[in-house]
Amino acid sequence: MSQFLFAQVQRAVSNTPLIQGLAAGAIRSATSVLYASLGEVIVERAGMVNLGLEGCMLTGACFGFVVAYRTGNPFLGLVAAAVAGGLFNLLLGYLVVTRRANQLASGLTLLFLSFGLTALVGWDYVGKKIDGLSLISVPVLSDLPWIGPVFFEGDVMSFAILPSALLVWWVLYRTRWGLAVRTVGESRVAAYAAGLNPERIQYEALVVGGLLGGLGGAHLSLAYARVWVEEMTAGRGFIAVAIVIFASWHPVRAIIGALLFGGAVAFQLQLQARNTAASPFLLDMLPYLLTLLVLLLWGRRRQYQAPEGLWEVFRGTH
Amino acid sequence: MNRFHHVPALPIASALVAALLLTTTYAAPAQQQQPRLKVGALHVGSINDNGYNQAMHDGLVEMQANIPGIEVIEAENVPESADAERVMENMIQQGAKLVFPQSFGYLDPALNVAKRHPDVTFEHPAGYKLAGNLGTFWSDTTDWEYLAGIIAGKNTQTNKLGWVIGFPIPNILTAINAFHLGARSVNPGVTTQVIVVNTWVDAAKEAEAVNALADSGVDVVTMIVDSPAPVVQTAERRGIMSIGFHCLCAQSAAGENWLTGIGFTWGPLFTKFATDVINQRWKSENVVGNLATGSATFAPYGPRVSDDTKQLVELRKADLIAGTLQVFQGPIYDNAGNLRVAAGESLSGDDLLTNADWVVEGVSGQLN
Repeated sequence: MSQFLFAQVQRAVSNTPLIQGLAAGAIRSATSVLYASLGEVIVERAGMVNLGLEGCMLTGACFGFVVAYRTGNPFLGLVAAAVAGGLFNLLLGYLVVTRRANQLASGLTLLFLSFGLTALVGWDYVGKKIDGLSLISVPVLSDLPWIGPVFFEGDVMSFAILPSALLVWWVLYRTRWGLAVRTVGESRVAAYAAGLNPERIQYEALVVGGLLGGLGGAHLSLAYARVWVEEMTAGRGFIAVAIVIFASWHPVRAIIGALLFGGAVAFQLQLQARNTAASPFLLDMLPYLLTLLVLLLWGRRRQYQAPEGLWEVFRGTH
Repeated sequence: MNRFHHVPALPIASALVAALLLTTTYAAPAQQQQPRLKVGALHVGSINDNGYNQAMHDGLVEMQANIPGIEVIEAENVPESADAERVMENMIQQGAKLVFPQSFGYLDPALNVAKRHPDVTFEHPAGYKLAGNLGTFWSDTTDWEYLAGIIAGKNTQTNKLGWVIGFPIPNILTAINAFHLGARSVNPGVTTQVIVVNTWVDAAKEAEAVNALADSGVDVVTMIVDSPAPVVQTAERRGIMSIGFHCLCAQSAAGENWLTGIGFTWGPLFTKFATDVINQRWKSENVVGNLATGSATFAPYGPRVSDDTKQLVELRKADLIAGTLQVFQGPIYDNAGNLRVAAGESLSGDDLLTNADWVVEGVSGQLN
């Protein structure tokens, strides 16, 4: 009997309100996708589409894990992931900027290449155990009711969501380089006439985008699941591309997109955990339905339109 | 124009991908003497996944250790398609006389290849069709799940147990039912919550499912997905207990909150198959191991499992083997209130693994 009473007390303590679990889960699920989206915002602002973003993330997840495992230092893992992602996009740059290959085909081809490459490199590391990025609780603040566990408990990368998005916004809209990137994205000819070197800027945008994509992937393997499993990005790279469109190429709006996606993932799992009657199949479609809705609503509004240079990609006249 | 420069890129890149994929198909170094038997094995994933594939691989390694002069050719990440046929043909060309297509989806490709090579023996896991030279094997872990449930029921403080599963298919529902019945036998107030993640291999989603279960007050979690590692690791991070599945090695991802795990031990069975092939005594049949006949066992207990619980598990195990205890002993109601097993009756056998579409009272989840 005493054991039964004890159980009741514990139960009250360990239950987390749905909203709180949902918010914390949304941030956890959104983090990897957000970094990849921020990278893709820069790439697309420079007039390119990287459909290989999934592969860029996967490469980051793999190399980040390998280095973190071998050195025991997750931060070295993050560095390795960023470098790997950057190199991945550099390869894409050679194909689409220097060789002028079709961007969509090149991205997809590199994606499939990354499946093989990461399976090969990560072979010895599947199922290995690492400590990964540690969970940090901000003293005092994390004890705040409701918001404490949501906003003041997490890993370094989830804390940096907002600063990173603001930084990307600042770089794109308040620096000379950002202006150059956006100019190239609107018109390579105009950029060239203005004395810029469009090819170099596109390379730079791709590498910066790749760094962020690699970091996004590393969040999966170093902080979230903390394992390396083949093809573990499981489509998040494509979701990141969709979020860029959802966010209409704006880094801060990408946070909303990523949180909606993360929220939809967390929402359906939290609902299942609480045995609420809702089909997980239906809930799985939520992030895509939201993206479709936004495309329908904002698709024709001038202020939300794609960089002019992107149209060339889809017309094949690039 | 530059537009045509990209034309060779696709074939070249495809060739590169193909080359990379092929490098994962490797052969053991050739031996000087003719081996007594060459064995080929196809795996659907990586052989060090801490899960299903590693359990299969470990069985092959044990077989190789038991029979001197046997050679094993393994291929990993083989798709469940016509590619599997090609890989099997290749192994047979290299001299394989016993082939293990180690995934459910290889059944039809294996039957095709078996028809073309009557002199080669095939052993397929969980298959439902036999051929003259193709036998099937599996291990029914229902009784083990019942025992794992006893451990969970004894250790839970919140009386809430959690499952993370790929898909709600009959053999998994039966595993959940057995687990819950075991837990309920020692803890009448216990409930079991199931989360379906709709994938076998999304580590991050599995981790988030464990977070959601922990948020709702679950303090013991178990799973049937390809690799138990993400679930076990996340449980450890959340400070809740975990029970592994598929591979005994799942324990390597755990810490002090590990209770136990059910793992396949294919070594003795594979050794028997290989010995029978060598001695030309092999027969085509469907071999299903159980609690008494082996092919699965518990991983070592974690520190939280008390001696009393261990003793109880041994007692119940003896009862199950003796047949004095049945997992599905009526009366059993499903979670919609329908009587599924009448009082005085019991349910067992293949039907549970292939047809179950219900979960027992006390189990909840979006399962149909």
